[in-house]
Amino acid sequence: MSLLLLLLATISVLAGVGFWMARRRALAAVAAGPARLRSLPGYYGWYAALWSALPAVAVAAVWLSAAPTVIRSLTLASVPAASLPHDPAKLELFVNDVRNIASGGIASASADEVALRAADRYAALRRRGFEATLALVFAVGVAGAVWGVRRVRPELAARVRVEGVLRLALLLCSTMAILITIGIVLSLVFETGRFFDKVPATEFLFGTHWSPQTALRADQVGSSGSFGAIPIFVGTLLITGIAMVVAVPIGLLSAIYMTFYATSRTRDVTKPLLEILAGVPTVVYGFFAALVVAPAVREAGAWVGLSVASESALAAGLVMGIMIIPFISSLSDDSITAVPISLRDGSYGLGATRSETIRSVIVPAALPGIVGGFLLAVSRAIGETMIVVMAAGLAANLTLNPLEAVTTVTVQIVTLLTGDQEFDSSKTLAAFALGLTLFLVTLVLNVAALSIVKRYREKYD
Amino acid sequence: MTDPSRTEAPRSGPPAGGTGARGRTSPGERWASPQMREHLRRRYRAERRFERAGRAAIGLALLGLAVLLATVGANGFQAFRTTELRLDVFFDPQVFAGLDTASADERDQLLARADYGALVRSALERLFPDVEGRSARRALLGLVSSGARDELRDRVTADPSLIGTTHALWVLADDEVDRYWKGEVSEDLSEGERRLSDEQLSWIGGLAASGRLRTAFATRFFTSGDSRDPELAGIWGAVVGSFLTLVVTLTIAFPLGVSAAAYLEEFAARNRFTDLIEVNVNNLAAVPSIVFGLLGLAVFLNFFHLPRSAPLVGGLTLALMTLPTIIITSRVAIEAVPPSIREAARGLGASPVQVVLHHVLPLAMPGILTGTIIGMARALGETAPLLMIGMVAFVADVPGGFRDASTALPVQIFLWADSPERAFVEKTSGAILVLLGFLIVMNGTAIWLRRRFERRW
Repeated sequence: MSLLLLLLATISVLAGVGFWMARRRALAAVAAGPARLRSLPGYYGWYAALWSALPAVAVAAVWLSAAPTVIRSLTLASVPAASLPHDPAKLELFVNDVRNIASGGIASASADEVALRAADRYAALRRRGFEATLALVFAVGVAGAVWGVRRVRPELAARVRVEGVLRLALLLCSTMAILITIGIVLSLVFETGRFFDKVPATEFLFGTHWSPQTALRADQVGSSGSFGAIPIFVGTLLITGIAMVVAVPIGLLSAIYMTFYATSRTRDVTKPLLEILAGVPTVVYGFFAALVVAPAVREAGAWVGLSVASESALAAGLVMGIMIIPFISSLSDDSITAVPISLRDGSYGLGATRSETIRSVIVPAALPGIVGGFLLAVSRAIGETMIVVMAAGLAANLTLNPLEAVTTVTVQIVTLLTGDQEFDSSKTLAAFALGLTLFLVTLVLNVAALSIVKRYREKYD
Repeated sequence: MTDPSRTEAPRSGPPAGGTGARGRTSPGERWASPQMREHLRRRYRAERRFERAGRAAIGLALLGLAVLLATVGANGFQAFRTTELRLDVFFDPQVFAGLDTASADERDQLLARADYGALVRSALERLFPDVEGRSARRALLGLVSSGARDELRDRVTADPSLIGTTHALWVLADDEVDRYWKGEVSEDLSEGERRLSDEQLSWIGGLAASGRLRTAFATRFFTSGDSRDPELAGIWGAVVGSFLTLVVTLTIAFPLGVSAAAYLEEFAARNRFTDLIEVNVNNLAAVPSIVFGLLGLAVFLNFFHLPRSAPLVGGLTLALMTLPTIIITSRVAIEAVPPSIREAARGLGASPVQVVLHHVLPLAMPGILTGTIIGMARALGETAPLLMIGMVAFVADVPGGFRDASTALPVQIFLWADSPERAFVEKTSGAILVLLGFLIVMNGTAIWLRRRFERRW
């Protein structure tokens, strides 16, 4: 970290010096003569500063991204090939040991003389590499600054150049959104591909038995390792369904009540309260579900003579429903208030009561928006993690009974990835396959919802 | 179009302009007919029913909120108080044998390694001299938190002259004693259902009678890191972890988000590429947070080999997650700046970039900051992505830097909620209260900013 700071400090100081010199040179050039600067003096300063900083940053970035690989292969090359482990996994462990020793950390028990010597080499290489980079960054920074300062002339269009760079930077920032999407898709698809090498895709998509316990050792018993995800999908849909049954009527009705019936005083009180409901972190809902709702559901079940699992789908679904109420309510509110007032007045004018107007005019007119909001809410419920992790079960039961424990996609992702398995096991890779499924399903829902809402909005504008 | 209120109407009764009454009766008579009155009554009843349903819906939603807050509040309040026990500790010189002849280095070692448990034990046994037997003594020692030893060590290390003297000290009680003393353990439970035995309860009674038990403000809860012992566990480590994480998130997401928003609003040509960016931004805002966790795991940990469990990685992951939110809110704020400002600046000779940097962005800044704070508040409450990048590890130390292993406030809540000890329930609720407190402050600041600085054009 401090090395990085040193690099950054070097670059900024050089850029600062470049700025100052270029600005002074620009002012000096016009101090005597009749010539006038084409841009404000500061732009000449920025011009030289950019010339100094950008190449230097590029050099530093190249080193920082290449260093681990280069140092690793150089270190390994220095170790006699005979004393290196052949197994790739063990080699990785060896490299990790070397890295840890080199950073002054603790190595695993298998560290030996070879590793120690390699670690010395590793540390030396790293130090030398860093020193070389610092020197190179300094040289490039100075050269850039000199080049930039020397090009400063009154007739140079410094502002145009600087602004061009700035606009390019802004463009790059906005492509981040695309890069993130590409990153998500690539990382998920890549790992999922490796998963499907081990487990056929058809078994994953259509299998009805989920039991991801893979063996740590080949001879271990109890490794069932079957990856049929149907029970998980069904469980997810069950909990989502319960949440929707709770959230849609309550959310929609409260949005309608707020717009048509509530006095402005009631509205001023209830709206912020609903916003609080929306702002409560999901982990708090999860705690609430596990501590209060699940036992309450179980006792209520026992009271009417039903046996309810202690981690029932009902409890998780109920709490998720409460969480989604403000979401549905605010989205329905938006689409209801977007209905032109003339439709409402027309309905009143024909003698309809308020509820008749709402049911036969407002809601049908706002339906696309409401459906869009519903789809977004479904997408949110499917992707919701903490409530189900804390209140729903781990057992992948294939059932539609809300009183039993079911598991969901997000629960499985969390349990598969927070364990101690090595990263390449089909167990951890399965999490990425589930993640890809989750991403695709929510993507389809979001695109559908956004396009419905967009089309609807155009209708009345 | 199906209308429930109309299908409810009696078939015989004529709705307004219905077929049955056409021609022969005047409109006034028709409205006054018994069928019509009945029909009207039904319609009004339906109206009232509908309104009641709306009221019930709001009531249910608010009931959910009320129960949630009441549960957390009632439990969490207890986490801010802790039970202490007064012991007359004799700092027995025998425990520190050899201290006089030791060199300075050895002295520190001796002081650090001395058997402070023995001091606690003998102090307790002096209070209850008639306790006999190993298991009874262990039960007696169980009344005092294991943190009491560390407390004594800190005192002696700070002031070695204590050795050989006797001091009345308040030390932390065990978490079960704490719960019992706060009245959280029901008295009706039989001995087998309690964590404390009848014998221990009688000792507690004895201590209470002699004024050796008290409830104090739980400073420890706010100043220490996590611990396996509920009475020693605190949230400071998690708060620092969350803070470091948010610093990373803010330094990455804010400049990127505002730049992207400025580009999309002010410079971007309307073409396919811009549309693609827009579609991506809108979709990313609705992608489940756990997917960002998977991205962080695959990219930052497995590809770039950044340290696991570190605020650096957590902050980067949350930055990717909040970026779309910040872009969207910043665009709205930039869009709200009226075109006349831009035209005036252009008219006075400003370049497009100058218009944006000198006029549009400063005017949009209150709205941008409001959106950013709300995005940060969301990031502060987010748990799932942090689980993916390993911030669930048990970390007892308060993190000192961006690459240290650390946890975050919501993750700490998750971890404590998963702990089997009942005493962690109140710790969890206390941590939730602190988290909600931070969120209220952040959102309150956002609302204040909006009220104070945002201009309606």
